[in-house]
Amino acid sequence: MANIEIELEVNGRQEQVSVEPGKTLLHLLRENLGLTGAKDGCRSGDCGACVVIVDGRSVNSCMVLAPQAEGSSVMTVEGLAQGDELHPLQRAFAENWAFQCGFCTPGMLASCYALLEFNDNPTRDEIRAAIAGNFCRCTGYQAVVKAVEQAATELRVLKGGSRNA
Amino acid sequence: MRAKETAPGRAIPHESASLHVAGEATYVDDIPELAGTLYVALGLSSEAHARIRSIDLEAVQNAPGVVGVITAADIPGVNDCGPIIHDDPILADSEVQFVGQPIFAVAANSYTAARKAVRLAEIDYESLPAVLDVATGRQQQSFVIPPMHLRRGDAEQALQSSPSRSQGAFSIGGQEQFYLEGQISYVAPKEDGCFHLWCSTQHPTEMQQVVAHALGIDFNQVVVEMRRMGGGFGGKESQSAIFACIAAVVASKLGRPVKLRLDRDDDMTITGKRHGFEFAYDVGYDDDGQIHAARVDMAAQAGFSADLSGPVVTRAVCHFDNAYYLGDVAIDAYSVRTNTQSNTAFRGFGGPQGAIAIEYIIDNIARQLGKDPLQVRKLNFYGRDERNVTPYGQTVSDNVIHELVDELESSSDYSARRKAVAAFNRDNEVLRKGLALTPLKFGISFNVVHFNQAGALVHVYTDGSVLVNHGGTEMGQGLHTKVSQVVALELGIDVRRVRATANDTSKVANTSATAASTGSDLNGKAAQDAARQIRNRLIRFIAEEHGANLADIEFAGDRVSWGSGEIAFDELVVQAYQNRVQLWSDGFYKTPGLSWDREAMQGSPFYYFSYGAAVSEVVVDTLTGEWKLLRADILHDAGNSINPVIDIGQIEGAFIQGMGWLTSEELRWNEAGRLITHAPSTYKIPTITDCPQKFNTRLYQNHNVEDTILRSKAVGEPPLLLPFSVFFAIRDAIASLADNRINPPLRAPATPEAILDAIDALRGEHQ
Repeated sequence: MANIEIELEVNGRQEQVSVEPGKTLLHLLRENLGLTGAKDGCRSGDCGACVVIVDGRSVNSCMVLAPQAEGSSVMTVEGLAQGDELHPLQRAFAENWAFQCGFCTPGMLASCYALLEFNDNPTRDEIRAAIAGNFCRCTGYQAVVKAVEQAATELRVLKGGSRNA
Repeated sequence: MRAKETAPGRAIPHESASLHVAGEATYVDDIPELAGTLYVALGLSSEAHARIRSIDLEAVQNAPGVVGVITAADIPGVNDCGPIIHDDPILADSEVQFVGQPIFAVAANSYTAARKAVRLAEIDYESLPAVLDVATGRQQQSFVIPPMHLRRGDAEQALQSSPSRSQGAFSIGGQEQFYLEGQISYVAPKEDGCFHLWCSTQHPTEMQQVVAHALGIDFNQVVVEMRRMGGGFGGKESQSAIFACIAAVVASKLGRPVKLRLDRDDDMTITGKRHGFEFAYDVGYDDDGQIHAARVDMAAQAGFSADLSGPVVTRAVCHFDNAYYLGDVAIDAYSVRTNTQSNTAFRGFGGPQGAIAIEYIIDNIARQLGKDPLQVRKLNFYGRDERNVTPYGQTVSDNVIHELVDELESSSDYSARRKAVAAFNRDNEVLRKGLALTPLKFGISFNVVHFNQAGALVHVYTDGSVLVNHGGTEMGQGLHTKVSQVVALELGIDVRRVRATANDTSKVANTSATAASTGSDLNGKAAQDAARQIRNRLIRFIAEEHGANLADIEFAGDRVSWGSGEIAFDELVVQAYQNRVQLWSDGFYKTPGLSWDREAMQGSPFYYFSYGAAVSEVVVDTLTGEWKLLRADILHDAGNSINPVIDIGQIEGAFIQGMGWLTSEELRWNEAGRLITHAPSTYKIPTITDCPQKFNTRLYQNHNVEDTILRSKAVGEPPLLLPFSVFFAIRDAIASLADNRINPPLRAPATPEAILDAIDALRGEHQ
């Protein structure tokens, strides 16, 4: 079957890619664009290692066919930092050791970013719900929750006010 | 002497923290690919045990995108990748021994092409009888290695004379490692018949050796490089070998770079797991609950080959005592051959299986006597000065279990919560709560003495930056961070000036697996030795050049000072270089005082013991078997922790991982021997929703009585035993249905089905 030409925005850049129809968004990112942050963990939408943001929502990129992403705006872990400045979530993950082997981190960060984008003051249960689809086999998740709480606080301060401020 | 910023006990960030959060940390699959790279898919056996009559791969070979196909006949060297006993074919030749055994490999221009082509193979099998469970294998005397026997005193006699006996059986399931990064090898042919292998492995040296054997070449023709794994947990100790070998054989045959990255389902179908065990026990005890004698028969599901079953079962035997003095002991241990995946290392390496059996028995004794299990546990703890010799003859000389458990009992408010649980259970029929405190003692060192060695290289460059390379591998346990801290401390410099690099078989040779929790003990000491030699050369140089008194020279805060003067570390380095002082060094370490007689199962196989304990409280829905962990409190001994944040992370992670093993993670094979839980959709890894809302983890204030690296203790495996408390809390909740007088026959994993089975059995007996 012939390749399909698609256009999409990835981390703020317009990209034109030619892909086989059966290729997933994950493999488009990793193989065509060299963005190897999102990981191939199970290819069945269960582990969350491949989570990226598509049009503001977190999705398992292994479950999205690349042509379905036509015209979308995609953000991956590589797009979180502003130049050299890490996003507060990234800093909080680093400071709290919210990873050990790090393989789940790109997907975990994407899920948490999506949460904080629409809820900058999440409860602990909301944080738990946001990462319920992300496996971490190393940490036992405690440090992840702590990191998200820290990042949420910092983001609210940076925004200069919040629901509770 | 100690620079504050690098002192042990400080929470130094992960050496790759900024890379991990930016998505820039490179795993094997992220390495930019070389031109001409081919992708491999594997053809797997559909039969549990069969002779291969014929293999027709013509359609495979002719499929679109396929560049080459290999079978066992294409292996130029030895068709074996077994770590100890050579019974592990790389590709099945005339016989297949489990569903999922690789038979052939296809190399194509894309993974999709390779995977599609695999399906076109025609293999004709002649079925042979298959052994699919431990009981059958045990009955048929089907073993991968000879049975092991340990005896102390006369257990038979002591059992006869014991006032009471606890006799029964207990079964415990295996566990899939589920490293988040699946098995992967990437091989590039190099000039002069050499190969470079990037492999996600805990044992680069062994990968170098098995690849060389498979290709029939010298070890010096194979370089294995491993920067980091996305988790290992034991699953990449020996079992990365088959994939490394297949990729290398394809690369050798086709002369192209070859990547073999397993699909998750194939990974779970092919690779071995934690051994499931069946126990039959007979324990004699007195009216207080003190154990006088124990006889246990343990049978492990080894799978089709020996792999690491020998050492795994040895460790199970050596951990059956856990923290208890057992009197006269008789242990018989069997590694049962079954036509299933060849089970292998998994964090704890048989230790957790051995130890949970005695915990089960003590739990029984307590209920038979109408006591709180904690009382019976404490009564049987190893003594300080007597009752302190293990069944295998090692004296327990660093025992802190009494103090540690007392502290946790008090900090977790155990006795008040015991009463509250009883009150809750009086008021509720359907929901029942359970509480349990379980201890652990875990022996540290490889049970094979000669594995307890390590090497390192430290380079100090003329700008004062430092590079350390050692024989350990980084899989998320923070080894590179700890080793960097050790080097920084030795040289008195900021840890940020130290860079740990990929394990590379062309740098430090003949390394041991990063396993048995020994990574930082061994490699930390080797790196310290290397750094210390450089420091000593610098000390002599300063004494000569600046007339300093040797005893006055201090390395701290990126400076070196002596009574009358001081100099910045990087200036000193330049001066030393210009005066022809060697600024790099190797380092070596071997653990002292170890001995082990494999036949008699006696000796001192462990340098020291780690200790810990946990309290768990659960609520069980006795109508559905669903349950929830409400709270967990942990106190764990990491000695003088080099990095408490790393150690607490290891403990929390091991607790949740071990809880998965004992509750939700269930391996099931169908009647044809096919693993049916071969994906995360059916095999349940704990997620955040399984974690307790109250989870308190603390380090026990201690320092190693042995001269370990900075007096720390290994922390990788021991905490996997902490979630025994979850399992026994569930059992406690179930037992409340019969007034805590009958022992619920709860198997592990305690899935809702297992819990309901135990409840049914209890109610049947109670009526």
